[in-house]
Amino acid sequence: MGYTLDFSVVIDALPSLLWGCLATIGLAQSGMSLALVIGVAGVVARGSNQRWLRGLVIGFVELIRNTPFLVQIFFLFFALPHIGLTLNPTVTAILALGLNGGAYAIEIIRGGVQSIDKGQIEAGLALGLHKGQVFRMIVLKPALRAIYPSLTGQFIMLTLTSSICSAIAAYELTSVAQRIESDTFRSFEVYFTITGLYLAISWLMMTGFSVFSRRYFNYPTR
Amino acid sequence: MGTTFGLGELGFLIQGLKWTVLLAAIAFVGGGIGGLGVALARVSTSKPLRRITGGYIALFQGTPLLMQLFVIYYGLGLMGLMLPAWVAVAIAFTLHASAFLGEIWRGAIEALPKGQFEAARALGLHYVPRMRDVILPQALRIALPATIGFLVQLIKGTSLAAIVGFIELARAGQIVSNQTYAPLLVFTVVGALYFALCWPLSLYGSRIEGRIARATAR
Repeated sequence: MGYTLDFSVVIDALPSLLWGCLATIGLAQSGMSLALVIGVAGVVARGSNQRWLRGLVIGFVELIRNTPFLVQIFFLFFALPHIGLTLNPTVTAILALGLNGGAYAIEIIRGGVQSIDKGQIEAGLALGLHKGQVFRMIVLKPALRAIYPSLTGQFIMLTLTSSICSAIAAYELTSVAQRIESDTFRSFEVYFTITGLYLAISWLMMTGFSVFSRRYFNYPTR
Repeated sequence: MGTTFGLGELGFLIQGLKWTVLLAAIAFVGGGIGGLGVALARVSTSKPLRRITGGYIALFQGTPLLMQLFVIYYGLGLMGLMLPAWVAVAIAFTLHASAFLGEIWRGAIEALPKGQFEAARALGLHYVPRMRDVILPQALRIALPATIGFLVQLIKGTSLAAIVGFIELARAGQIVSNQTYAPLLVFTVVGALYFALCWPLSLYGSRIEGRIARATAR
């Protein structure tokens, strides 16, 4: 049993690991932005009176939610070039994260929209608020508050999922770690350290989200 | 040179599917046992026990599954345990599932009305019969949709075993794709196989969720 843990290679590589953290946050951020766009568009399309459009959204959501992210990203990265669409790994990663997060965002946002009571809108109008005010104060803010915990939870999930993008060598924390590992053969030390970094990232996100929520959504419900 | 996608290749994917199902089953059963322990520890009266299991859950929910696999996979090797790849991977998924199922079931136990605990205690039931006969049957019923939801996550999660080299469905797909140069077809088939496995479970989960929602609305 001659193995001694040696974290010095990890300490030497710390600057590049921290860049990897930033890349992971950037990747997740871009993916989440795309996911929100898909989410809102999906909810609008889900409520359309065109049957095929509704079916398309439902099919998309079920397809994404019932297949692994790894297979989705492999499909985008390896299969799309065969139909003439070649994207670089980072763009593919953002697209994959956006599509995956988008399917979950559709379900979350739909729940938020459904949570708005029609009577509240009527009450707002009866009180003499104009339409813009009603939308901002009675529809948007409560709906945002209702979906905020699930949506931010989904954001953190997406950040953790982004580690899978290393499978197509997109630039983020896990792929940086894999490069260091293959140079130094210190697998355990490298992965142990970046697990800690991921934990720090998700903890920071969680804290930030709850601070924001306490400041912005701090009013009584009923 | 490359071969074309034929029955042999499909058979290879089905073999991979078999390992996916097996791995998910082991992790679900192992995680069910572990998760029960975690959930009971989370609602126990012992503060250190609650703290430790709380930290365990936070650790597994705050890090990527892929990292959990890597650390446990290489960590077991460092401890001098020369385990076959699938055993190491199964241990990792079991620990992962224990944390998530533990948290789901803790939530369900705490969602029960306080009167259930008090009534069971007033009837003179000790800890084991109180939990086994009164609390857990009700809690598990509430938790069933979330539990099935997690099972779907777990099945999808086993695809990450591909990255550490274990040949399950996703890895089999990669191999066949490299042999046949037909990634479009191969990953469509792989995706369809996962879908065929997960979709019925998802449907079943949301059906029970609807049934429970209707039952509690009454």
